Amino acid sequence: MKISKEEILHIANLADLNIKEDEIEKYALNLQDILNFANIVNNAPVDDLDITIGANEKKNVFRKDEIKVFEDNEALLQNAPSKEQNMFKIPKVL
Amino acid sequence: MSRSDYEVIIGLEVHAELSTKTKIFCSCPTEFGGAPNTHICPICTAMPGTLPVLNEKVVEYAVKAGLATNCEISRNSKNDRKNYYYPDLPKSYQISQFDKPLCEHGYVEIDTENGKKKIRLTRIHIEEDAGKLNHDDFGGGSLVDLNRAGVPLIEIVSEPDLRSAEEVEAYMRKLKSILEYIEVSDCKMQEGSLRADVNVSVKRKTDTKLGTRTEMKNMNSFRSIVRAIEYEVERQIDIIEDGGKIDQETLRWDDVSGKTFSMRDKEDAQDYRYFPEPDLVAIKLSEEYIQNIKNTLPELPESRKQRYLEQYNLSEKDANIITSSKYLSDLFESAITICNNPKAVNNWIISDISRILNETETEPIAIPFDGKQLGQLVVLIDKGTISSSIGKKVLEELFENPRNPEDIIKEKGWIQISDEGAIKEVVTKILEANPQSIADFKAGKDRALGFLVGQAMKETKGKANPKMLNEMFLKELKGI
Amino acid sequence: MDITELTVHELQEKLKNKELTITEITKAYIDRINEKEKDVDAFVTILTEEALEETKNLQKKVDNGEITGNFAGIPIGIKDNICTKGIKTTCSSKMLENFVSPYNATVMEKINSENLINLGKLNMDEFAMGGSTEYSYFKKTKNPWNLKKVPGGSSGGSAAAVAANMVPWALGSDTGGSIRQPASFCGVVGLKPTYGLVSRYGLVAFASSLDQIGSITKDVRDCAMLLNIIAGYDEKDTTSEDMPKKDYTECLKNDVKGLKIGVPKEFFGEGINEEVKTRLEKIIEEYKNMGAEIEEFSLDIAQYALATYYIIACAEASSNLGRFDGIRYGYRTPEFTNLKELYKKSRSEGFGEEVKRRIILGTYVLSSGYYDAYYKKAQQVRTLVMNEFSKAFEKYDVILTPTAPTGAFDIGEKSNNPLEMYLADICTVSVNIAGLPAISIPVGLNSEGMPVGMQLIGNRFKEETILNVAYTMEQKLKFREKYKPEFK
Repeated sequence: MKISKEEILHIANLADLNIKEDEIEKYALNLQDILNFANIVNNAPVDDLDITIGANEKKNVFRKDEIKVFEDNEALLQNAPSKEQNMFKIPKVL
Repeated sequence: MSRSDYEVIIGLEVHAELSTKTKIFCSCPTEFGGAPNTHICPICTAMPGTLPVLNEKVVEYAVKAGLATNCEISRNSKNDRKNYYYPDLPKSYQISQFDKPLCEHGYVEIDTENGKKKIRLTRIHIEEDAGKLNHDDFGGGSLVDLNRAGVPLIEIVSEPDLRSAEEVEAYMRKLKSILEYIEVSDCKMQEGSLRADVNVSVKRKTDTKLGTRTEMKNMNSFRSIVRAIEYEVERQIDIIEDGGKIDQETLRWDDVSGKTFSMRDKEDAQDYRYFPEPDLVAIKLSEEYIQNIKNTLPELPESRKQRYLEQYNLSEKDANIITSSKYLSDLFESAITICNNPKAVNNWIISDISRILNETETEPIAIPFDGKQLGQLVVLIDKGTISSSIGKKVLEELFENPRNPEDIIKEKGWIQISDEGAIKEVVTKILEANPQSIADFKAGKDRALGFLVGQAMKETKGKANPKMLNEMFLKELKGI
Repeated sequence: MDITELTVHELQEKLKNKELTITEITKAYIDRINEKEKDVDAFVTILTEEALEETKNLQKKVDNGEITGNFAGIPIGIKDNICTKGIKTTCSSKMLENFVSPYNATVMEKINSENLINLGKLNMDEFAMGGSTEYSYFKKTKNPWNLKKVPGGSSGGSAAAVAANMVPWALGSDTGGSIRQPASFCGVVGLKPTYGLVSRYGLVAFASSLDQIGSITKDVRDCAMLLNIIAGYDEKDTTSEDMPKKDYTECLKNDVKGLKIGVPKEFFGEGINEEVKTRLEKIIEEYKNMGAEIEEFSLDIAQYALATYYIIACAEASSNLGRFDGIRYGYRTPEFTNLKELYKKSRSEGFGEEVKRRIILGTYVLSSGYYDAYYKKAQQVRTLVMNEFSKAFEKYDVILTPTAPTGAFDIGEKSNNPLEMYLADICTVSVNIAGLPAISIPVGLNSEGMPVGMQLIGNRFKEETILNVAYTMEQKLKFREKYKPEFK
């Protein structure tokens, strides 16, 4: 299969990544190689098999509805590249 | 073609915030209105390495909502990730449910001009709310507050069964009252804890194919919803009438201009890349679990209404109004246990209380006094301690500064004068001052009695017992 | 006596007999780091000052009997994708170059409550994506056995630091072989526990359904001891298993008589280096001599598992790495005019090429139109892989394979060919797909003088079985006594 330039750009956009013009072809080829290899999953004898989501079969692990306050509030904002009034600052959004 | 040649087709996605104490995936409080970023922790701020743990109450409340809306409850459910980038969504994915929602295939009944109508529910699923963007008036940017991020929501998705703005309003009101009754959401629309995405399309009645729909997001008042639908229907019909095509798009309703606006670039088509949330395990509900929740379901509005009609002889209209809100209905029930006078309580709720709520644009949940206080007010009137006109003043006082009505009337000196000597004193005084009225009465003009009583009431600032006044005047006049 | 040569259980013995103090141990390690780090480049953050300060406090408490724990004062190194409160956790990425975690990972809480001394945060492939530690934003770690060779990855810093005696043991993480393969390349012991045995809370997620924290140690006994510390249910990780605590050292019997060892022929086929094969065949003979029952069988899932691994791991990664958006933490591009540009530039500049490649692959396989052909199929293959392993474990106690198709390769040899790099994970990924435990121990050197590793795979939560089988061979081979890295 072939991955087009448009496809790479579309996927990069979905992932919020920029791909430089001179990198597009490389990414497309890499992706193509890997997908061609990954395609063998379509030959696997899995017709009637269910899907597996996690590596174990646990179920119903819930938490009690009890408040626990995280004390070190300051630490939650200390890594922010930009902040104001205890909020994370970003460019203006409508 | 005229507007009546078109059929309007509307489906709703209603988001209701669940009234749990903590967030859906972490133990932060859900309380509304904290200072920015004070109800947050590493999990709801999506710090690297953190993991979600599902709040058991969220599952319970969602199942409750499903049972109250006639849904089938999934025995086998799971969470999924919905991936998109927005600054109010810290993980850049929302944990929601995709192909295995907790509840499916339900319905609610609404009253329409043509009788009862079933609105089918496609599904109810659980998900997390996003944070809030505030505008920074000075720095020219936006500011992200994550207090709301991770507050639990249920999304209730209807089939496109609604045909008008009125039906939508009736449906929303019905959902709201059900959610209030089962106490899973406080449905405060001004705080956004009940809001709807409205999907609208129109088609010519003769067409079999559905029209292209537009979606209006995050509507949170009945008035805006009705206005927005009416506007959008007109807009779509105008476009079709002019030979144009409707674009499938997301719109924003602007309450000030009364118009809808396009929200997103069309080229920015969304692809949410849903996939099963690997950080959470399956939700598998047993028959026993579901039955236990069923057993805790309270009486729902429809059943209460029937009871009010039969047990208390309320009119259908009044019973509808009272049961439409759990808070009004609870107020009613609580008041009659004190005063045992359902008719009187009914009248207070339907007339004066409703009027005040309307005038002050207050929702029933915000009524500051309780049923006990309302019941005591009725008792005071029934016992003749105060007149009903004083009663209205007491009610206003209850809205202002709720406390025991008996204390109110004592404090304000509103206790009715029922002492025979005191009444006689007033009557004598008024008769002396109004010889003309005595003459009129003697001449057979009954109106004169009413005037005299009115004067006496004025003199006593409404506190005199009107029945005793009447009798005393008659007695005195006959003696003259 | 060279303190840094000793295993942790040997250190414990000497502490108990008062032959050593914890201060002497910490100082010995700091000297060793000062000596060797310039050659090996194993650390992203070295905590020399902090370690000394902590040792001073601990020494007092130990001296006056306040602390009596077995591990008090034992140093450790931590892979830099495990969150440490107040200390940088970078994931070897420009994205998190200055990130200080506001909380401790659950394993760090356990490490701290045992009063271990954290010597530093260890280098890795960026966000654990890679098999050579060449994809670190900061530095390339070298293999102590040959400084021109890679240490493996992604826990290359952890394995190299243990091999170079710069830490007595270390924590790593393993999503597709990231503990076992570098352990194999560096001639040390690496254990990936059963999915759910160790809490993932605080491990910066690469692929949530595959990631697992594990131990990298000098020998199998240390490996069991470190597992004792980190294993256990955590209410913060719903995928962690609620089961009784075990003492994993109790299983070390030095006896494999009657044990059934399955040898899957597909793991010894094409692509596996002849020297590796020959070496393992000798080991298999040894096990036979020790009284184990060996049987060759067919486990034809390796290729499917590898393809499935890259689909699932990248899909989950594409979503897990969405949170690095330059808003709450992490790298933010200096110039932007609007939000979309802030996102795109921060992410494109903050992530390295391999990370971006995997995000793109993962986004692709989840995107509309491709989900069924790739992601859904991969999840079905996952069921197939699990079923095949289940069948195998009905017959065998342990499955024996090479850990990697080759010994450590040269720095730069594969870093420009992503697919080739991925194919090197062929022996390890199916273990993660099935959530099983597996251990790698060194079983000899190849003709280049580089260690060769053997992988033992166990059934779910049968860590004890593989630890004992590994221990028995370790006692026989005495690899550590015979060979030492030469930093050439």
